Amino acid sequence: MQNQLLAILLFPLAAALIAAFIGKAWSHRITIVAVAISCILSINIAMGFVNGGLSPVNIDLYTWAQLGQLELHVGLLVDQLTATMMVVVTFVSLMVHIYTVGYMKEDPGYQRFFAYISLFTFAMLTLVMSNNFLQLFFGWEAVGLVSYLLIGFWYKKPTAITANLKAFLVNRIGDLGFLLGIAGIYKIFGTLDYAEVFAQINLGFNDVPIGVTDETAWSGITFVCIGLFIGAMGKSAQMPLHVWLPDSMEGPTPISALIHAATMVTAGIFMVTRMSPIFELSEVALNLMLVIGGSTALFMGFLGVVQNDIKRVIAYSTLSQLGYMVVALGASAYSIAVFHLVTHAFFKALLFLGAGSVIIAMHHEQDIRKMGNLKKYMPITYITCLIGSLALIGTPFFSGFYSKEAIILAEDNSHLAAAGYAHYAVLAGVFFTALYSFRMFFLVFHTKERMDEHTRHHLKESPAVVWVPLVMLAIPSVIVSWFISGPIMSGEFFGSSISVASNHDVITPLIEEYQHPWQLGLHAFFTAPFWLAVAGVAVAFMVTIWRPEWREILSKRFKLINHILKNNYYFDRFYIDYLSPACVGIGKRCWKWIDAGIIDSWLVNGSAKTVAAFSGQFRKVQTGYLYHYVLVMVVGLLAFLGWVYWRTLTV
Amino acid sequence: MIEKLPILSLLIWLPILGGMLVIFGPGQKHLRLSHWLSLLAAVVTFGLSLWALSEFDTSRYYFQFSEDRSWISSLGVRYSLGVDGISLPLIVLTSLMTMIVIVASWNNIKRRSSHYLAAFLVMCGLMNGVFAATDSILFYVFWEAMLIPMFLIIGIWGGDNRIYATLKFFIYTFFGSVFLLIALIYLGKQANSFNISVIQQMVIDLDTQKLIFFAFLIAFAVKVPMWPVHTWLPDAHVQAPTGGSVILAAIMLKMGTYGFVRFMLPIVPDASMVMADFMIVLSLIAVVYIGFVALAQKDMKKLIAYSSIAHMGFVTLGLFISFALLADKQVDAAIMAIQGGLVQMISHGFISGALFLCIGVLYDRLHSRNISDYGGVVNVMPRFAMFFMLFAMANSGLPGTSGFIGEFFVIVASLQTSFWIALLAGTTLVLAAAYTLWMFKRVIFGDVANEKVAALRDLKMREYLVMAVLAILVLLLGLFPGPLLEVMRTSVEHLIDCNLISKLSAEGMCS
Repeated sequence: MQNQLLAILLFPLAAALIAAFIGKAWSHRITIVAVAISCILSINIAMGFVNGGLSPVNIDLYTWAQLGQLELHVGLLVDQLTATMMVVVTFVSLMVHIYTVGYMKEDPGYQRFFAYISLFTFAMLTLVMSNNFLQLFFGWEAVGLVSYLLIGFWYKKPTAITANLKAFLVNRIGDLGFLLGIAGIYKIFGTLDYAEVFAQINLGFNDVPIGVTDETAWSGITFVCIGLFIGAMGKSAQMPLHVWLPDSMEGPTPISALIHAATMVTAGIFMVTRMSPIFELSEVALNLMLVIGGSTALFMGFLGVVQNDIKRVIAYSTLSQLGYMVVALGASAYSIAVFHLVTHAFFKALLFLGAGSVIIAMHHEQDIRKMGNLKKYMPITYITCLIGSLALIGTPFFSGFYSKEAIILAEDNSHLAAAGYAHYAVLAGVFFTALYSFRMFFLVFHTKERMDEHTRHHLKESPAVVWVPLVMLAIPSVIVSWFISGPIMSGEFFGSSISVASNHDVITPLIEEYQHPWQLGLHAFFTAPFWLAVAGVAVAFMVTIWRPEWREILSKRFKLINHILKNNYYFDRFYIDYLSPACVGIGKRCWKWIDAGIIDSWLVNGSAKTVAAFSGQFRKVQTGYLYHYVLVMVVGLLAFLGWVYWRTLTV
Repeated sequence: MIEKLPILSLLIWLPILGGMLVIFGPGQKHLRLSHWLSLLAAVVTFGLSLWALSEFDTSRYYFQFSEDRSWISSLGVRYSLGVDGISLPLIVLTSLMTMIVIVASWNNIKRRSSHYLAAFLVMCGLMNGVFAATDSILFYVFWEAMLIPMFLIIGIWGGDNRIYATLKFFIYTFFGSVFLLIALIYLGKQANSFNISVIQQMVIDLDTQKLIFFAFLIAFAVKVPMWPVHTWLPDAHVQAPTGGSVILAAIMLKMGTYGFVRFMLPIVPDASMVMADFMIVLSLIAVVYIGFVALAQKDMKKLIAYSSIAHMGFVTLGLFISFALLADKQVDAAIMAIQGGLVQMISHGFISGALFLCIGVLYDRLHSRNISDYGGVVNVMPRFAMFFMLFAMANSGLPGTSGFIGEFFVIVASLQTSFWIALLAGTTLVLAAAYTLWMFKRVIFGDVANEKVAALRDLKMREYLVMAVLAILVLLLGLFPGPLLEVMRTSVEHLIDCNLISKLSAEGMCS
């Protein structure tokens, strides 16, 4: 078992290292084989859990550090939750690896790209397979590093290298909260090992207050939860730390699918789920998640409506869907958050790769206003993107429908204070999801052909190496929920890897009502979310196909709103035009005024000048370089003696 | 036979004699011979330090490989040497970095290169002496003597404004040393011995402790350097040749924090405890304020110099936060804080050394340290960019690199006593990444900025080797810090059990 797990983890790492040094021809073969092995073994382990043949494994590999009685290990924890993540990560990664062969064919960085995505797979697996907070943080930062490298993959593009710096720094703000949360874990539990922490929670423990002063101290658990959640806000791009994700679209499209849709951005969701025993203890943190998640789901959905870059539409959609998952976490429906994570990984990776297919065909044109009627030229991409979009908006019987419906229903059962707000936010979000998805879909695949003659002439379906992954992702985007919705929603599947306090249980009422996936699908036609989605598609149809001129009129009529939305609510403006110049400005002033001004010119050079003035007098008496030495010594000694004398007087 | 070898004396005198031999032997006439001779001396010294490490008994806290000979008998000053788990890693680091500097400056120095290499050898011996001395006056002699080669290296091989920088460097550090000497003489007289172990077990009243504390503080704080006596460092770095910068950042700064661990904390623990808050504030200023200052730098060397000050702030923070933790009976957290500080010393040696070497590689080719003169270097020097990226990430404290361990330990330990200290220390996560990666972006990424950059050549084999060695060390230490922590463990536990307890009375003192 241990060998199998190590193989899953280390094959992609080894492949990344080999690919970095081996020739171009072999780089994709070796990484694809390695990730395929990882994927097969992961599925094998997941099947073991499904069949009940496996029980959770917790292994320490080696002691990273020992400090007094505290031992910090590197180790693996594999249970149902981990196995689910492993399958998602390795499967999407494998599809992306294959797709990349076609997408990056002519890129000079071909080999480097394979090394990076294989390294990413390793980093992400480390994150999900960790059995302690230290290693979790390692994986957390390592995926951030690879994301940084991949967003800036085309390092000549000024926008790309600004975007990757921004992504890294914004994530680091989240990581600061995360690190403080981990430190809080150590303060309360005296260990960084998951199993020991959870065991202490079950056995009862003393909450240690942490705070500014003793009077205003918070509950340590709340402090920890908020700290960890701030980390999740960075990685899973929740408002107001979401600004890096749209810009990350500067990276090549395959990594947008792998990192910025399916896996890395869901690390925050995974982490909170993994920590469910801790989060269950803090309703403050749960409420916070409902508010932040609801806001992200709704407000980022608005932004998707006004984007014209095909990848940015999908990026804002990802932000919004991550908001849905966070809402589920806030409602203590952890298993449903992971459910949506899984379905989202498939259909969102599909949409991104579909967009990539369109982008290749369009010769790297990403503006949807310059596309149109691509269904005529790219039938497979058309069908698969349609499937992805239908899954995304929650069409009954598609995978995304079950997970989204479950979130809305579960959230409805929550009794937390912020649940009401989150409820309306996610409901309204359904309408906007449908609107932006189909606005994009219609503008790309239907409507008039708006590209130039040269591009139109070269339009054709992408090669098999590109469309096969699309099909492979389209299949689970439709069917995966038929098989997993039951076990996941009933909580059977995740077993002991998720724990929910009885007063937060929002899932049990769901299971009582819905026995079978078909029943839930049929029931949907009588619920609000379905009709909201239909309305969204209808509006999209109106403003793109039926009455395209209405778009102009609407954007003129609602000029102010349009302006605010186009500017991302001025978050970027604030961060880039005010916050970062202010930081550099503080640095400059500290340097010029205090360092160079007060300390250097006044204290240091001032004293030096005084010494020099004295020495000018002494020069007549003494010669040679020694004088400086002696003089400083004398001055120093006098000052010291004077101080001693003064102290004896005052004492 | 081999056990009887005076290994510490060899670590001190072998490089010094080697350096002398180079100067007075082949010298400038037979350059190749001089270079190979220097390298040989450095390699043998490093080998000896590794041998000492392998022979070191990690289960014992007291000084090992001890030597004790009469030296100035009329004053009671003895030539006594010994190492514990705290000083031995620093000796290995010193010997390693000297070897690396000699390889890195092989052909790069055009003027009197044999003397240049010899100066580093001599300095290596003297710095080993600082870490190995167990007699306080002997310590002081090495402490002062090691300034001379550095003074020469900056003064002879430095940049245009080298005289100002050398003078500033010298006066600053010498100013501090005077107080150190006074304190050491006073302590020696009181204890009737200059042996550090004896002085560490001496009863001193609080007022005297405070005076001694400040005398030590001035001497050591200048070396670290702590805010506000740090302004010599950026100037010295900017003017120093690459090798000088590497040794300055990698080893010399550690002298100050080593002084804290060896002298200040054990000898005047009560005064240190009283002043701990003050020291913590200075450390946090180093982390936050200097972090902002680094953000505004336009000169790469200055930027890394300021970054060094900020990173050394973690060492002092770790050392002084331990008092509050011990007062609260959180022994594990106190060990974590001190170990964090000590690991940071070693790690910063690798990382800052590597970063200065990286800048040296660029400077050798383009003769500029200005960030704005570069851009798009990755296009012409991809292998260099790879290493530079690793070291930049390590400087930002990425887990898996050595730069993470110290910061992680110190921040986690800080939160055990105060949220605000942890939060302010934690800003380094953002600040260090901001200044390091912003510089990296402007220098390395982008399209080729100008013709000079377009003409750059990638790393030569020799440079590649040096970078690879440091890269491996940074990663090894980051992934497997266990062995290093194990070497330090007993000494740190001894420090906490015996040396940080009150020296106001003889009660409870370890014998």
